[in-house]
Amino acid sequence: MIFHERRHPGLNLGDHHGAAHAGAEASVFGFWVFLMSDLIIFGLMFATYVTMLGPMAQAGGPGPKDLFELTSAFIQTMLLLTSSLTFGMASLAMRHKRSQREMSLWLIVTLILGLAFLAFELRDFAGMFAVSAGPSRSGFLSAFFGLVPLHGLHVTAGCLWLLIMLIQMRTMGLTDVVKTRLLRLGLFWHFLDIIWIGIFSIVYLGGLA
Amino acid sequence: MTPQSEDHKAEVRHYLVGFALALTLTLLPFALVAWGGLARMQVLTIVAICALVQIVVHFRYFLHIDFSRQKSEDLHLILFSALVLAIMACGTLWIVFNLAGRM
Repeated sequence: MIFHERRHPGLNLGDHHGAAHAGAEASVFGFWVFLMSDLIIFGLMFATYVTMLGPMAQAGGPGPKDLFELTSAFIQTMLLLTSSLTFGMASLAMRHKRSQREMSLWLIVTLILGLAFLAFELRDFAGMFAVSAGPSRSGFLSAFFGLVPLHGLHVTAGCLWLLIMLIQMRTMGLTDVVKTRLLRLGLFWHFLDIIWIGIFSIVYLGGLA
Repeated sequence: MTPQSEDHKAEVRHYLVGFALALTLTLLPFALVAWGGLARMQVLTIVAICALVQIVVHFRYFLHIDFSRQKSEDLHLILFSALVLAIMACGTLWIVFNLAGRM
């Protein structure tokens, strides 16, 4: 049986981690509560976006078909999806007490993928601003810039957190505290990928179909 | 081979299965929008179904939320959040589209 002895959402360290596993329950569950409330925020941003899709809310300005680029959305999707897998590999390396080198390597790959995602996203936003399609152009664009950059901001926070964890792994080593922080970062990272499914399906594919 | 690394291999495979499923559920809707000759409504329906299934895949394979072996508090929290989200999001859409229809 794989992934047994579960105490909290996300990957569990397992009983062979002793106190770190036993102590993870409260803090990881607490973080899960935060993620669920974050989910509600995103859900309402999605609802607002959908109500702003009509021609009235576009106020004669550019719409989804004038602004969105399928290739760029596809590249961003692939980057984020792959980063979820590489983060999973890092978590598994931690759970199975493999070398810290292997773990850092996976985390660094994840960080690079996250940063590449942000670079493509910022390039898209810059392209939109270049044709004066900023958030103040129409209700539709306000909703767009409320939703998509909010996710981007979360990814930025995730990258920063990842960087800090890489530093802490070097300076503090893989202590119990560092391990449970990495568990929470893992939940956060996978959660952001789930939000992105909604964004590429509703905003990009829905807009371009 | 130690049992530890056997387990590791099995769990890596589990992640790879999740990744393959998610990849398929991503490529299909993108391909439909890029090349599809289907009607818009059909494309949107398939995109929506793929997205919902992919969300379940992510929960199952990456977040390890598996309803049969979950602690009940975790499950209750997820279901409660889904309920609140459904009420607020569907309520918003209902009210705003109803208003738009009357304008």
